[in-house]
Amino acid sequence: MLSATETPALEIEDLRFAYTVRGREREVLHSLSLRIGRGESYGLVGESGCGKSTAALAAMRYLPANGRIVAGSVRIDGRDLYRLSNQDLRRLRCDVVSMVYQDPGRALNPSLTIGRQLREVFEVAGRGGAESAAGARDMLRRVRIADPDRVLDRYPHQLSGGMQQRVCIAMALASNPALLILDEPTTGLDATIEAEVLDLIAQLRADFGTAILFISHNLAVVAEMCDRVGILYGGALAEEGAARDLFESPRHPYTAALLQCLPRAGQQKQQGRLQTIPGALPSPGEIVSGCAFADRCAYTQARCRTEAPLLRDIGGRRTRCHFPERIAAAAPGSVDAACPTREPAPALLRLDQISKTYATVHGPAKVLHEISLELRAGETLGVVGESGSGKSTLAKVILGLAPHDAGGRIELGSATLPRDLRRRAGDQVKAIQIVFQNPEGALNRSHAVDRIIGRALTKLSGLAGAVRAGRVASLLESMQVAARYFHVFPRQLSGGLKQRVAIARAFAGEPRIVVCDEPTSALDVSVQAAILNLLAELQAQKSVAYVFISHDLGVVRYIADRIMVLYLGRVLEIGSAAQVFAGPHHPYTEALLSSAPSLEGSPRDRVALKGEIPSVLERQAGCVFHSRCPRKFGALCETEPPPLREFEPGHALRCHLPVDELGRS
Amino acid sequence: MSVAAVAPPAVSRWRDVRRIALRSPTFLSGAAIVLFWVGCALFGARLTPYDPLADDVINSLMPPSSEHWFGTDQLGRDVFSRVIAGARDILTVAPLATGLGTAAGASLGLASGYFGGWFDAIVGRIIDAFLALPLIVVSLLALTALGTSNATVVAVIGLSFTPIIARTVRAAVLGERELDYVVACHLRMESSAYIMFVEILPNVVAPVLVEATVRLGYAIFAVATLSFLGFGIQPPSPDWGLSIATNYSLVGDYYWTVLFDALAIASLVIGVNLLADGLEHAVRD
Repeated sequence: MLSATETPALEIEDLRFAYTVRGREREVLHSLSLRIGRGESYGLVGESGCGKSTAALAAMRYLPANGRIVAGSVRIDGRDLYRLSNQDLRRLRCDVVSMVYQDPGRALNPSLTIGRQLREVFEVAGRGGAESAAGARDMLRRVRIADPDRVLDRYPHQLSGGMQQRVCIAMALASNPALLILDEPTTGLDATIEAEVLDLIAQLRADFGTAILFISHNLAVVAEMCDRVGILYGGALAEEGAARDLFESPRHPYTAALLQCLPRAGQQKQQGRLQTIPGALPSPGEIVSGCAFADRCAYTQARCRTEAPLLRDIGGRRTRCHFPERIAAAAPGSVDAACPTREPAPALLRLDQISKTYATVHGPAKVLHEISLELRAGETLGVVGESGSGKSTLAKVILGLAPHDAGGRIELGSATLPRDLRRRAGDQVKAIQIVFQNPEGALNRSHAVDRIIGRALTKLSGLAGAVRAGRVASLLESMQVAARYFHVFPRQLSGGLKQRVAIARAFAGEPRIVVCDEPTSALDVSVQAAILNLLAELQAQKSVAYVFISHDLGVVRYIADRIMVLYLGRVLEIGSAAQVFAGPHHPYTEALLSSAPSLEGSPRDRVALKGEIPSVLERQAGCVFHSRCPRKFGALCETEPPPLREFEPGHALRCHLPVDELGRS
Repeated sequence: MSVAAVAPPAVSRWRDVRRIALRSPTFLSGAAIVLFWVGCALFGARLTPYDPLADDVINSLMPPSSEHWFGTDQLGRDVFSRVIAGARDILTVAPLATGLGTAAGASLGLASGYFGGWFDAIVGRIIDAFLALPLIVVSLLALTALGTSNATVVAVIGLSFTPIIARTVRAAVLGERELDYVVACHLRMESSAYIMFVEILPNVVAPVLVEATVRLGYAIFAVATLSFLGFGIQPPSPDWGLSIATNYSLVGDYYWTVLFDALAIASLVIGVNLLADGLEHAVRD
């Protein structure tokens, strides 16, 4: 908490911000107020379209041409941002406030070396050449880059995403600003890299004493990183308070509902469905009388629809709800409709020694190494791994989109599947379908929903005419797509609805296996829960098997029966979900588990991984993981590749360490 | 806030494009000029005060007057009537040539972008070679070889536009080909032709349309140039390029025999370019 006399690092007061879109002004921030004390870290959380990025831009006065402050003020370090002259504004951005963006690859200039870009920051502040060069080197050291001289001479594309983001943070901190704005700084990064960057930010806060505005959609990340948190809904704060209090006992129904959408630790689909939030997010600029959340709230009273609640203080925290005591009294949502545990079915899909090598200009790149697995009807196999682990290639190989190397074998039922999709029989193609990560590109934007589904039914089920029209309707209804959306184009649908349409298309031919390639990673938390429920329900009804690729361990734990951990194209661990989460873990699995930020309990000790994922082009002797492994114990790891050992029924891992020395949860 | 359960009308991207275009002064002024000339091409023959082909040697080379607004030419033909009626041939030949070039170029670009590989490499090299040739010189050679008629002019100009349209379409297709909806097509065993023309083509229509409009401007210019050189539209058509060719030696003393035809060509080209500009903005936004 900040004292009354201290000047806050950032003070936003009754900020109303509007964009002019197609001649109409849409207000996207409605009287946003927040203060961040010196050295404090404040998390601003919200789903897409809630105005969090606009808030960040407004706090830097980076106004797009069609944006306008309707009312209110922004003070940084006591200075009113919108009353400064251009020159003063430039000074302020140079000395007092900095920003780090989501995509470090785009924030850095690709044609200048890192050293040149870093020196520039010092030169703008009026330092001389030698001093700037020393400053640049020093900053890289402070963001824990081991050999700064090597990095200074590199171009951005020669660095990994995690290193790029370190450089961006170094640039932002070079002027020792009073306020640092981080806009989704780890969203594009892999779990272990994300953990590294988050740790770095936490350490730097201690070093520099910088106040932080941390903008994110990820509740767990914010819970770990921030002292105080504001939940943004429909362009206004719904609730604000100390991070721990707020996540432990929310006082706004939206916060409570959001938290319940996340699979709780250990929750699995057999134990019941996830909670969802009915309805949809208000579209930006929508005019609402009464409470913006009233239509989706479980506690709505008549008063909520007529009278907009104000953000009011309730003992050290603030909530925009008329009846916060009701949420406090309410028990956590009950679970319903558990899906029964299945009897083990015979193997439906069998991969035997599957490898995949791509020809590149640098030579052959083997991205999958002798992968063998079995998938049973009605079963979900979760595939986990960082980017470059071969998850997506595995999906393509199974679908026949990328023919695997000769020597391996894929069997569907009793028949061997041809490697190339074009050589597979119609029934074999129909049997394996996919739900893509990004529903944006998965649906043809020139075709209406009923046409997209209708065509899939024609080609995969041979339907036509009235029968087809009836089936389109029933299929979409079973995906909970309302009839009023049947004739519209994808651009008129929300992300969640688009994904439902994409799922409907995947199920048009009654597939036996559906590959789900990160199907919820592009979606908001409240939408993710509904999609996961839908997938679980479809599986229970049709006993379809899923290959579920994801980087989100919470999601995988909820949906998967078995889990496979991939690293550089090799299976490092495979077992039932319970076995993989309980341990003994492979050291890599352990690092993955510990790097996932969590809402529950205090932050654990992270198992930090050294360095970066090696390139697939590098030929490594010994265990593939030895270059980053925290448990490497000797020369054996570097010379002898460990075999995949099954040490308890159904649970195998690839490590030289004896099982009883491996970590457990 | 109550969400009415009425069906939202299906709104395709084109409605926005149309609305933005119809609000753009650039697009509207271009459209006005082009529509004026299209009107002349369609109904000109009935609107002209004189027969554009009728000789009146006694009244030859009369300056503009209340009787002959734009004066008369060497044979005493009314220049105003000839300018109005002269829109017909050029506005037949140029759009047909553009249409031919667009259709051929779009097909080639779709195939080249979609199939990729060696096919794309070969087509790409051929396109590069074609683009290095000077348009008018090649057209003259081709027309000399094939003989001059409106049909050959359409064919020659159309084919000379094919490479550049193909290149535009190919670039757009390369972006589309990587999208997952194309993968979804493979997973339901669609034919290549279906994927190219039904799935991908609608998504690349916007750049094609803009490019075609730009090409139309060039086509008008090319047709006028060829006619001026005697290889385009043939007498007795009152075509603008042809009239300028007939009269340009008189321009010192009898400027009206050339000026109005030249202005007609210029205004039509400018009109089409304004149209293309406005369209490009509308498509981009």
